[in-house]
Amino acid sequence: MSVIDIRELTKSFGHTRALDGLDLQVGEGEVRGFLGPNGAGKSTTIRVLLGLLRADGGSARLFGGDPWSDPVALHRRLAYVPGDVALWPNLTGGECIDYLSRLRGRTDPARRAALLERFELDPRKKARTYSKGNRQKVALVAALASDAELYVLDEPTSGLDPLMEAVFTQEVRALRDQGRSVLLSSHILSEVEKLCDTVTIIRAGRAVESGTLTQLRHLTRTRVSAVVRGDVRPILAIPGTHERTSERPVGADGGDGAVGGAGAGAAGPDRAAGPVGTGTTRLTLEVEPSALDEVLRALAREGVETMTASPPSLEDLFLGHYGDQHAPQASRERA
Amino acid sequence: MNASGAEPLTARPAAGTPRHPSHRADVHRGPVGSELAGTLMIARHILRRDRVRLCVWAIALTAFVLYFSVALRTVFDPEALAARAAVMRTPSGIVMGGPGYGLDHYTPMVAVANEGITWIVAALGIMSLLHVVRHTRAEEDAGRAELMGAGAVGRHAPALATLLVLTAQLLVITVLGALATLAGGDDASFLDGLGMMGGSTLAALVIGAVALLASEVAATSRTATGLALAGLALLFAVRAAGDLIHREGSLLSWFSPFAWPQQMRPFVDLRWWPALLSVAAVLVLLAVAAGLSRRRDLGRGLVADRAGRSQATSWLRSPLALAWRQQRGMLLWSCLGLGLLWLATGTMMSTLADMGRDLVSQTPALAGMLGSDSSAFTGQFLDLILLFAALCAAAYGIVASGQHCRAEETSGRLEAVLAAPVSRRRWLTAQLLVALTGTAVLLVVSVAALAAGALAVGVDDPDVGRYGAALLAHLPATLVFAALSAALFAWVPRGGGLAWMLIAVVFGIAMFGEMLDLPDWVQGISPFHWVPDSFTEDTDPAGPLMLLAVDAVLSALALVGIGRRAIDGGL
Repeated sequence: MSVIDIRELTKSFGHTRALDGLDLQVGEGEVRGFLGPNGAGKSTTIRVLLGLLRADGGSARLFGGDPWSDPVALHRRLAYVPGDVALWPNLTGGECIDYLSRLRGRTDPARRAALLERFELDPRKKARTYSKGNRQKVALVAALASDAELYVLDEPTSGLDPLMEAVFTQEVRALRDQGRSVLLSSHILSEVEKLCDTVTIIRAGRAVESGTLTQLRHLTRTRVSAVVRGDVRPILAIPGTHERTSERPVGADGGDGAVGGAGAGAAGPDRAAGPVGTGTTRLTLEVEPSALDEVLRALAREGVETMTASPPSLEDLFLGHYGDQHAPQASRERA
Repeated sequence: MNASGAEPLTARPAAGTPRHPSHRADVHRGPVGSELAGTLMIARHILRRDRVRLCVWAIALTAFVLYFSVALRTVFDPEALAARAAVMRTPSGIVMGGPGYGLDHYTPMVAVANEGITWIVAALGIMSLLHVVRHTRAEEDAGRAELMGAGAVGRHAPALATLLVLTAQLLVITVLGALATLAGGDDASFLDGLGMMGGSTLAALVIGAVALLASEVAATSRTATGLALAGLALLFAVRAAGDLIHREGSLLSWFSPFAWPQQMRPFVDLRWWPALLSVAAVLVLLAVAAGLSRRRDLGRGLVADRAGRSQATSWLRSPLALAWRQQRGMLLWSCLGLGLLWLATGTMMSTLADMGRDLVSQTPALAGMLGSDSSAFTGQFLDLILLFAALCAAAYGIVASGQHCRAEETSGRLEAVLAAPVSRRRWLTAQLLVALTGTAVLLVVSVAALAAGALAVGVDDPDVGRYGAALLAHLPATLVFAALSAALFAWVPRGGGLAWMLIAVVFGIAMFGEMLDLPDWVQGISPFHWVPDSFTEDTDPAGPLMLLAVDAVLSALALVGIGRRAIDGGL
């Protein structure tokens, strides 16, 4: 059974369509990353999921139930960290933590104390004196100290320093190891890459990509960089390769490196290349999954001195989806 | 694209250039100049943000003066005015109205000045203090002051800009109000109108300066508003008490800005110098506030926060407990402040009884109207004070119920609570329970303090039972405001101000309803219209029981409504 099952969800605010047929599933024991830029609809999705907003269309099920009509029973089973943590200004951090975790039911003083220590939070300070990061820690401690089946975390590390982020990472890994489900909304790719089994990428209220990290990586190019002994031209001519650059080392005969292909963003030859033997060519290119076989065969045929192949980062995945969106915006700003 | 793009590009530096020289001059002018840098820019920004609010206040105040002037001329003939003058000699008349200049020759405009100034100053004073807190302390709480302060903006610039806009607003109201008095008929005079409105707006500016001081001392905007309102109530009471001691003002009266425009004697024998007291008071208050602000960190009160408890007490485990924890401070301070105010009022009862006896023997017209029994005066006075006490408790109810709920929602704190296994209905029930109980407690304390004060000075004519009956009769009407505020929160979250409008309407109806002969259905809007005057009339439980049903219906509406709407997140 899915812990979270959102299908064809739509939600409008006036003329703005915040969610436009969104699909999102989280299974039991799954840690799902929920990636998207600001304003893509991540927080709106979570608010519908918590029964704070009513869906206009489609369905949002939480533990198989309807979060709008039956929130209390469902909320007993989850813990939530909002993206922008607001606390009661005249309560201390400790009081806020206790209140929030008592509302959820069972509390575990030992776990609370341990978390306070790990996150280096002083619980005696009034909430209004906390910085953004410290308010975030209060919400994190309150959520992590409670024993829930599902943790809904909305950009939980915003405002945390790298040390605290590391603590957070460890805590979420511990949850994963215990078989808890987690929905982690974020725009920090490395965080999702470190923690999540599966990822849903949302853009303009729709899920544009969804699957395991491995599956998603298949959709993207592998970056290959090699020093080739033979002729690079056949390799550069293979369809399905992009961002091709090749370069003959300085001082070698044969003149300039052949820069093949018509990739729009092809970078210039890398003049600062390391020492490479005479007669060899340094070659970098990005290869589509379908072309990978052919490229490797061609490389082997021509003879390879050194080679690295790096898997696509989530960053590439992300930029692939948003890069074209940013471009018109930037040009509009320039106008 | 090039042609259209060129315009903003050239326009931008053009708009920026004049700022540069003045900017540099600020730096060279030394500390005073640099502390005021950016004032005009902020003032323009405030005007932009508040343009609707400012206009509404100006129009409402002008309409009030206009209506008052016209109505007194048309509704009252000279005999009725003479009778009204007699009423204005009574204690209730003095508290509701003014010091009583020109009572021997009571013309419409004399009446406007004598009875209107108190309320003009009160209304404009509330406007001023809300405006000041809104643009100083509340901006700090919201974190916007930090954003602004990071720019080339001086330390005192936001406060000065706030006061500049307020002064301009008051100036506009002065002129419009003075013009409105011209509708008052034969004895209308622009100069006297200007004196009345100018004196009143200057007194309101003093209240604004008090609010600025409160903003420096308090740790949050809510506390600042509370402090400033308490200051306003105190100054109101000081003027009333001073004038009760001696008609046309005693030494005590002069300690309140309310008295200063009244002592200018507009439409009777205009003199200008009391206005200087307002100017001096504003300057002194501003100097003190500026001094305090140099000692204070942005976003903090003067008194630093101490470390609190690291764990919550064991009872803090439900929305009800948290609502109580959040509001008990406000309730305690309200009980203390208002309790002292009504206790002091109660102790004046013996003086008033003597005054009543003298008045009846000296003024046959009054004896004809009210009977020769001087206790009629005390009863009438107590009814008025009870209405004031009930309205104060009602205002508390609005703050504690709908306004508090809305603040929880817009800050995003409600979201955190509702994400826990807490139903909306349970949460709102808790808020309502605490608000209604707090309102009731405040009314009980107020009436008890009033009774204790009166009994302490030996006035035992209304006995304790009568006070108890009066309390029971007024309680349902008082609770209407908290319940209405909660219902508004549930159904029209942005319309919370409507509950405050009801307070204003009740006030207008109570003060001027019968005098202006408003139709019954209009007077019926006021919940207190249905409550018998407990100290002068027989107790009739029908009205209060009906209001109890209204309370129940409004509360039920609130609980139904909250389940049906989306919850705003913080942002």
